[in-house]
Amino acid sequence: MAGPAAVHEVRRSFIRRYIFSVDHKVIGIQYLLLALVSVTVGMILSVFMRLRLAWPEEKWPLLQQLMPTAFAGGPMTPEFYLSMMTMHGTIMVFFVLTTAPLSGFGNYFLPIQVGARDMAFPTINMLSFWVTFVALGVMICALFVTGGAPISGWTGYAPLSALGEIAGPGLGLGQTLWVISIAIFCVASLLTSLNFLTTTLNLRARGMSLTRMPLTVWAWFTTAILALLAFPVLLAAGILLILDRVGGTSFFIPAGLIVSDRVIPHEGGSPLLWQHLFWFFGHPEVYIAILPGMGVTSHILSTFARKPVFAYRAMVGAIFAIGFISYIVWGHHMFMSGMSPYSSMAFSITTLAVGVPSAIKTFNWLATLWGGQIRFTAAMLFSIGFVSLFVSGGVTGLLLAQPAVDIALHDTYFVVAHFHIIMGVAAIFGIFAGLHYWFPKMFGRMMSETLGKVHFWLTLLGVYCVFMPMHFLGLAGGLRRYAQLTEFEFLRPLQPIHVFISVAAFVTIAAQLVFLFNFFWSMKRGQAVGPNPWDSTSLEWTTPSPPPHDNFGPLEPVVYHGPYEYGVPGASKDYVMQTEPEVEVGR
Amino acid sequence: MADSRVLPLGEAEWGGGVSPYAVGHKKLGMWLFLLSDSLTFSALLIAYSYVRIASDQWPLPFHLWPSIAMATVMTFLLLSSSLTMAFGVAAAKRGDTRSAVRFIVLTILCGVGFVVLHANEWMTLIDEGVRLWSNPMGTPLFGATFFTLTGLHMAHVASGVIYLAVIAAGLPGNRFHHEDVEISGLYWHFVDLVWMFIFPLVYLLSVAP
Repeated sequence: MAGPAAVHEVRRSFIRRYIFSVDHKVIGIQYLLLALVSVTVGMILSVFMRLRLAWPEEKWPLLQQLMPTAFAGGPMTPEFYLSMMTMHGTIMVFFVLTTAPLSGFGNYFLPIQVGARDMAFPTINMLSFWVTFVALGVMICALFVTGGAPISGWTGYAPLSALGEIAGPGLGLGQTLWVISIAIFCVASLLTSLNFLTTTLNLRARGMSLTRMPLTVWAWFTTAILALLAFPVLLAAGILLILDRVGGTSFFIPAGLIVSDRVIPHEGGSPLLWQHLFWFFGHPEVYIAILPGMGVTSHILSTFARKPVFAYRAMVGAIFAIGFISYIVWGHHMFMSGMSPYSSMAFSITTLAVGVPSAIKTFNWLATLWGGQIRFTAAMLFSIGFVSLFVSGGVTGLLLAQPAVDIALHDTYFVVAHFHIIMGVAAIFGIFAGLHYWFPKMFGRMMSETLGKVHFWLTLLGVYCVFMPMHFLGLAGGLRRYAQLTEFEFLRPLQPIHVFISVAAFVTIAAQLVFLFNFFWSMKRGQAVGPNPWDSTSLEWTTPSPPPHDNFGPLEPVVYHGPYEYGVPGASKDYVMQTEPEVEVGR
Repeated sequence: MADSRVLPLGEAEWGGGVSPYAVGHKKLGMWLFLLSDSLTFSALLIAYSYVRIASDQWPLPFHLWPSIAMATVMTFLLLSSSLTMAFGVAAAKRGDTRSAVRFIVLTILCGVGFVVLHANEWMTLIDEGVRLWSNPMGTPLFGATFFTLTGLHMAHVASGVIYLAVIAAGLPGNRFHHEDVEISGLYWHFVDLVWMFIFPLVYLLSVAP
């Protein structure tokens, strides 16, 4: 029903207040903690992968005692390596990169930034978190069932993922749990995106017209549209895969398939159908991971350069353009699948077209920084790092978008380097930037700037040391998804690069302890702050830190300005809050 | 930047807190859900088209009598139910709760009739040996796509019947606003619309020669 923001009483009991809470701020922090747990698990899985890749013959007696099947016969088994790879990708993409930037920060700050007291559907919001939680639980179970986790990659490529145990360990119960978890996650994502879109459209405060919304809100809004339209297709694909696995259908299983020396009694299906459905979801999904980071970066660059963001409307347009184009590029994941060259050409052109709005964003970020009074806070450093990584990862995207190049580089470490830099690490830098920027608002205390900067430099250098050399591995023909590359003579001379990458990865992972310490220590011991420690302009900085249950107390906020009024000529200070009526901001 | 000036909060300004285009939260939420759900059905229909084109011997099992005739009756039932639902929504808007409930009950009856006839269709095919995993008339994908597509649609109709029953039961006690009736109507019309794709694509394209 039409009506004011969903206002509800503060829940008194501990369980209603912190566990089954309907408060968007509590839910946002719950999502962030879920992502923190997931990212830790995902990182540990990558340690196993790096151990195997750098030292394929090594036996690791201690690990062998802990996990005898994984190290049966001495070194880590290739099956175990593949299951680590699958779960690393799945957990990172779904439960970290989709969850933290969109559901975590979006839940906490979208309602406050548009001047609402809560999401449009608080109960559905709570439900979306707990559904995500169940999905994560089911996914983690897949690690521990008989046969272990699936070995079909985060893309769950059919027919491998459709056949069951005959195709390998982990493809029995493990893979079934994987599909079920993904289907549950699709439902959670639907609930989240419904809420984000309705809140943005219906619950804005007085004066908060669309062109006065912070770019973070625009990014979350567009991301929610992408999630609303992408996940249902994955849900349909998941239903068909579940039926193939337990219902005996053969949507994705072709006739005459021979696996493990046995003819599979299925006929008629097409593995390519899975690829089409999966990538129709999968490509928007990578923008779901990166778009909120773009919003956060725009917001933070403007704040700490003390300048209005350059070309606000072009930024909004670019976000929408990227979102739209993301739906017509999925074929670029399938250049090697026997697709007609004409289709390849079409997908190649649309993919290259993503470069245009991406370049608009990048140059606008640079123009925002140009001539600014830059304050190099940890949040600012991470945002600048985001721009750096976005460019480094994006440039290789232009190479891979061309079928002629992609056919050579497909399934090599070049692709691994590309997507890790742009959708993995860049998105993570967006999360770190947001965390440093909003931490004082969420917990009422500052994070240590010194530790934040140490963490930033270690991580920036670390990730470049990890992923830059992978480009060379890929160009030399180094294959991804293989547990042991020393079996190929032409790759043996490159083994020192793998050792270097592994050492760099372990150092980078160790550097994250600095962040963890800073995060938890600052929550208790950080310097207490007032409402607006960064001299920022958007609505969340008008509320106490942390904001009360209904965000704005008895008063409804009224908005008079756009979100990036920094360095305004004639104003008494160098920024004008969105809610300040008395200041005339004429140009 | 034109939008950064202080503007008087006149009528041209966003007034805040009220829904634009007079679409409330729940209605907007339902529209967005339907948008999302339509993509699930689209994906399934595309999967069906894909495997059908890729198969060289797609069976054409539906005879004009009884299958197509029954499916036509089912189509008629669903279309009529959309009409009665529209009357129900209009009555609820007028505040005429009695006839609103009566029209919603009619809608429910049409929905139940659809499910019963459809279940009968399923039983006939199962009797002929069609299964999710096999089909005596040719490719096993016929059974797989038929049962998956129509099964998901039937689940939607069945949930719709329950949804409408809840609305009809709560309406006399003023537990629901007339907009809630309209929202349930949106869902019902959507389910009807999906059938308008399934009927030609699954039935009419598979009429026995």
